[in-house]
Amino acid sequence: MRVMLAMSGGVDSSVAGALLRADGHEVVGVTMRLWGGESDTGCCSVSDVDDARRVAQQLDIDHLVFNFGDDFDTHVVEPYVQAHAGGITPNPCIECNRHVKFDRLAERARLLGFDAVATGHHARIGRDAAGAFTLERGADPAKDQSYVVHMLDQEQLARTMFPVGHLDKSQVRRLAGELGLRTAHKPDSQDVCFITSTGGRTEFLGRRIPFRRGTVVDLDGHTVGEVAAVEMVTVGQRRGIGLPGGGPKRYVVDVDVERATVVVGADADLLDHGIVVASPTWVHGPIEGEVLVQCSAHGTPVGAVVEPDADPGRIAVRWHEPQRRVARGQSVVLYDLADRCVLGGGLAVDALAP
Amino acid sequence: MPEFTYLDHAATSPMHAAAVAAMLPFLTERYANPSGSHRFARDARRAVDEARDVVADALGVTPGSVVFTGCGTESDNTAVDGVLQAAVTAGRPSVAVCPAAEHHAVLHPVEHAGGRVVAVDRSGRVDLDALAAALDPHVALVSVMAVNNEVGSITDLAAVSALVRDRCPDAVLHTDAVQAACWTDLRAISPLVDLMSLSAHKFGGPKGVGVLTVAPTVGIDPIIRGGGQERERRSGTHNVAGIVALAEALTITDADRDTEVPRLAALRDRLVDTLLAELDGVIETVPRSDKVAGSAHVCIERIESEALLYLLDRAEVCASAASACASGAMEPSHVLAAMGVDRHWSSGALRMTLGATSTDADVDRAAEAVIDAVRTLRR
Repeated sequence: MRVMLAMSGGVDSSVAGALLRADGHEVVGVTMRLWGGESDTGCCSVSDVDDARRVAQQLDIDHLVFNFGDDFDTHVVEPYVQAHAGGITPNPCIECNRHVKFDRLAERARLLGFDAVATGHHARIGRDAAGAFTLERGADPAKDQSYVVHMLDQEQLARTMFPVGHLDKSQVRRLAGELGLRTAHKPDSQDVCFITSTGGRTEFLGRRIPFRRGTVVDLDGHTVGEVAAVEMVTVGQRRGIGLPGGGPKRYVVDVDVERATVVVGADADLLDHGIVVASPTWVHGPIEGEVLVQCSAHGTPVGAVVEPDADPGRIAVRWHEPQRRVARGQSVVLYDLADRCVLGGGLAVDALAP
Repeated sequence: MPEFTYLDHAATSPMHAAAVAAMLPFLTERYANPSGSHRFARDARRAVDEARDVVADALGVTPGSVVFTGCGTESDNTAVDGVLQAAVTAGRPSVAVCPAAEHHAVLHPVEHAGGRVVAVDRSGRVDLDALAAALDPHVALVSVMAVNNEVGSITDLAAVSALVRDRCPDAVLHTDAVQAACWTDLRAISPLVDLMSLSAHKFGGPKGVGVLTVAPTVGIDPIIRGGGQERERRSGTHNVAGIVALAEALTITDADRDTEVPRLAALRDRLVDTLLAELDGVIETVPRSDKVAGSAHVCIERIESEALLYLLDRAEVCASAASACASGAMEPSHVLAAMGVDRHWSSGALRMTLGATSTDADVDRAAEAVIDAVRTLRR
């Protein structure tokens, strides 16, 4: 097959390239230039492009750089900023996968005559008994990234490859070392690529949206404190909301950006019976019934039932046991009861009425 | 390397065989540093001196005006920063002016110095009214390129020169002539300006050597200080082999120009005419009357340059779009933006540039490859 390999300059995509070559595929490596601004953890710094190019040279594959900066701004950065302005906490890596890697890049690959796009994600693509594609957790539970690629459907899975998904991270590093790849000992990337570790989220957003001071109130409506930026507060948060120490722990249970109000309560006040999920995507068509649900990149899956919602563009996920509230904008990903296959996912909207 | 079609001469040109031959002795037995005091050094010194005479003659300047540099970018940087720094040192005003479609080697130093960037017309040539509006007694340097590196348009330097001399008689006028040597007799340009930049590898010389001509009346501060070579204007041990090869390549270019220009214009015309005839939604970015003979620049709608260049690369045709950033990613062209070309068109920019080695077969293969690629991408 002709495979376009997305090369971030990290060890996973480097080894993915080596494995594809070993399997006899014709491989072209592509590094996407996504973010032109400051970055230190990201996948588009010049040194990362250098690493990707040097690995491609070692593997004797062509290496290209595609400039998808406009797409990244439009589909990832700008929505990230706007979401925060509205009190929503999105996962930009998921939006990048959805709109850039598995849409823009995949379309470019198709146009240029490639059969598939490969990435270094730790997830696996298989087939069920009926021949449909399955999207499964990566073999290494600590590095599993099925959560961030949950939006792939049958058509996309048919043209996607995750060559390192069946490996432990330690195996990936060992292979990279054996092959003498310069990325063998490169640290894993952390956090959001367009946000620097020095300035953080606050500095990034502070330069793009006008922060508003917020009043912190308890569930009875009494003012108990103040926050500098209501846009930076997330449901479930305990620190950084300007409350004095001592006494019972208090958590953010609600954020009303419109009214610049943060509501705090006890741990128990955070518990919900379920969550309404918007814009669902499905690996192999819509499902209802018993599932396991994961609400953050490394969250623990919990049991729930998927039910139809009054709004046909949404679904309701009802927990078996009350669960901590999920911040609006987070991805809610559904797995089968074996906790192996992704079934679908969507974006958290509101708590489900009891 | 396999046989391929090279239409990226504006990026760099293959070296003339005679230029390679000219430099080899100075990479082998005649390796001395020309600044030394022994006979061996005098041999190298003579080679540099003779090269300087040859270059001066081809450029229509005095030998003392020729400063050998490390590249075209260094020549441009020296022109801008050297003039501004000299003005600051002398306590004179130090504002720089350049058009928006200049090469980054001029544009970035001018912007860095807080200079004035003026508009260009639809062909990428400086807008003379905009230039006039930017000229006042604070201006120390005006830099206007002779030929645009992306779209190939030719500046009317006589008009620019007359305007600058009239409005700012004390200002220094520089031209980046890096893309001009193959197409224009530089003796016609040099009297119009005070400073002129050249780069050897654009006309069949080696990479890593350039020229800045500096009129005798103009003082510049060096940007590289050290041993005081090049009359204190550019320190650093002479790149003897590169300088000798530059002179040889310039001699060949100068001698061949009158026959090469019409030959390459005919090839270019056939290439562009074929694309215009065979494909819908293609525009010639700049009218041929405004540009040099070897430049074919088109914009193709509903095409992304990155995708097109990949398919051309697979078809073994080397072309380009705009300049690349440090990562190697293609940046939207600041030249096309300055010309007011809509993104609808500029996102499908394609630059094919011809040179001494270009043939009929190159044009046939390139035209076929572009047509095939565009049809594939539009399917």
